[in-house]
Amino acid sequence: MRTSGREALAGWAFAAPALIVIALFFGVPVFAGLALSLTDFDIYALADLRNLRWQGWDNYVQVLTMPLFWQALGNTAYFVVLGVPLSIGVSLAAAVLLQSRLVRFKPLLRTALFAPVVTTLVAVAVIWRYLFHVKYGLVNYTLQGLGIDPIDWLGDPHWSMPTIILFAAWKNFGGNMIIFIAALQAVPNDLYEAARLDGARSWAQFRHITLASIAPTLLMVTILTTAGYFQLFAEPYVMTQGGPLQSTVSVLYLMYDEGFKWWNLGLASAVAFVLFLIIVAVSKGLIALQRRISGAEA
Amino acid sequence: MRRRSLLSAAAAASLGGCARDDGTTTLRFWAMGREAEVAAELIAGFEREHPRLRVKVEQLPWSAAHEKLLTAFAGDATPDLAQVGNTWLPEMQALGALEPLDPWIARTPVLQPADYFGGIWATNAPNGQRVGLPWYVDTRLLFVRQDLLARAGIPQIPRDWAAWRAALARLREWGVATPLLLPTNEFEPLLALALQQPDEVLRDGGRFGNFSSDDFRRALGFYAERFQRGDAPGLTNNQVANLWQEFGRGTFAFYISGPWNIGEFKRRLPPELSDAWTTAELPGPDGPGASIAGGASLALFKRSRHKPEAWALISYLSRPEVQLQFYRLTGDLPPRRSVWAMPLPGSAGGGTLAEDRHAAAFHRQLERVRPTPPVPEWERIANEMQLTAARVVGGRESIDTAVRTLDARVDGILEKRRWMLERTAS
Repeated sequence: MRTSGREALAGWAFAAPALIVIALFFGVPVFAGLALSLTDFDIYALADLRNLRWQGWDNYVQVLTMPLFWQALGNTAYFVVLGVPLSIGVSLAAAVLLQSRLVRFKPLLRTALFAPVVTTLVAVAVIWRYLFHVKYGLVNYTLQGLGIDPIDWLGDPHWSMPTIILFAAWKNFGGNMIIFIAALQAVPNDLYEAARLDGARSWAQFRHITLASIAPTLLMVTILTTAGYFQLFAEPYVMTQGGPLQSTVSVLYLMYDEGFKWWNLGLASAVAFVLFLIIVAVSKGLIALQRRISGAEA
Repeated sequence: MRRRSLLSAAAAASLGGCARDDGTTTLRFWAMGREAEVAAELIAGFEREHPRLRVKVEQLPWSAAHEKLLTAFAGDATPDLAQVGNTWLPEMQALGALEPLDPWIARTPVLQPADYFGGIWATNAPNGQRVGLPWYVDTRLLFVRQDLLARAGIPQIPRDWAAWRAALARLREWGVATPLLLPTNEFEPLLALALQQPDEVLRDGGRFGNFSSDDFRRALGFYAERFQRGDAPGLTNNQVANLWQEFGRGTFAFYISGPWNIGEFKRRLPPELSDAWTTAELPGPDGPGASIAGGASLALFKRSRHKPEAWALISYLSRPEVQLQFYRLTGDLPPRRSVWAMPLPGSAGGGTLAEDRHAAAFHRQLERVRPTPPVPEWERIANEMQLTAARVVGGRESIDTAVRTLDARVDGILEKRRWMLERTAS
């Protein structure tokens, strides 16, 4: 008993620095944020703390009854539902392409496909704004060549979010592509050889060997990408400022506006916690879904 | 509270470093954008007059300045003086961050309140407490392609709404598809139209929205009609890739903008168009109308430890000859009438700023500017107003529903203010 007690103590002592740092820089701010979300902290409270009112759950009620919040959540969901499969599909396609024996100049291609990830978002957003410009954009120029009427990509509320999705997928797919390449390289080659001997075509090989082998990676990438895409902010911030007609206001954008533009820190914290709960629920749901699928297969 | 005292101790320590052993005092002056760049040039003269004072200009980008001022207040790190946008003054005054200036002005006879444009002077005293001294002014009026008007057979630049309507219709018939640019994400044009109406936009001393009043409906109606009739395209200013190029091509004949664009238009339009454009007062319901009273002020911070010195700098920067130099460096329009009457160095025939071809309309417009309600929530309300207008323009809401929803939103935003006012009253 004595030794195990001392061992435990030593263990805690070794973990203590990390735990203290986590408590100080993660625990305290999170609890402060939670406390803040139960008050109406604003510029009046900043002037004098006596102007601070305890709101209880009122901020949460207000968030959940705010039409703009639901619109922002709808916009964000739209972005996630379309953006995550698109982004992962493109990443996977690019990774498979780079693994294929038929493709030449692989190092060059790999660099080219990874380049968007390392570019500065603001700089490329400026270029995309030109590409998608209603009058002078290359995209509309090409469409007109095909006889399609020009589309106001960033100015029409129906097209603004799809444009943002395209932009985000293009900007981000390279990171996941690298993860997929690593996973694909780990798939043993003899599995493919055995499958070919059994007469499996390339689609069947992809479906039953490639996808099955990288399923855990695919799940991890899906969860990370979903959690990341729920936190959509920088793309609309630099491309559309939430417009037109608030069609690209995301939940995080709403939080930024409330907190740092209008200084309603109480309400902004409530938005942050609601978003946190949504992300936790969706991630848990994805994991549960994966368990059921893999359980059914086994 | 502990954290706060620690912070102020740190701030005090850093401030202590400012008073050096050689007896000079360093003033911290926060300025934004282009003004910050030229401030150093203005300050050289001040430092010559006051050999014991040094001024450190710290430059903030406009986009981050508002946030920075608030966080500086929260962190006890405000400068001695700063350039503050005059719509931010109510907020800074509510925070209690700014020094009331009336006693200082009373002691400085060269500063004549009557010399300042009335509408601008009024914006600097939220809740009856003067906390800012206007540094430069900003209002919105028409930039006009008079050559297009002439070719379309419009004899003079419209001065009232009826003539403006007719001119726009004529230009469309003549071949300018959308003669007026009203970016749907800028609140200033609609606000100016609303301020042309006699009624207030907020009622009961800024306690409730007054947007369902007949007067605001009239302004919004005129604004929305421009889009319905096709006078203005439903574009945001992000969608206009190069405004000056479009104006040069004759895509627009009218654009509502501010004084900084005088310089931009001179620089960016091709030389053969230099006589083709001009500025004109904003048309009102019957004759030239009011416009917004914008601009930036100089403010003194309550926590400054060098108030007399900082005030000396503010009054130096407000001297007519320094203001004229400031105008020549930046193109920012001076808030004092006497500066407008001074001969412009280098101009042919010793003309004054008030006689300048492009500035003259601003001079007349500045005599007819109207302040916005001095409530800290104003920027947010203006933003809501523009979102409402964009919904009306997009055909998503009727004017009647839109103004009622807007009033409800604004009343919600002002709830805390009402609570504060009631508490102070009881």
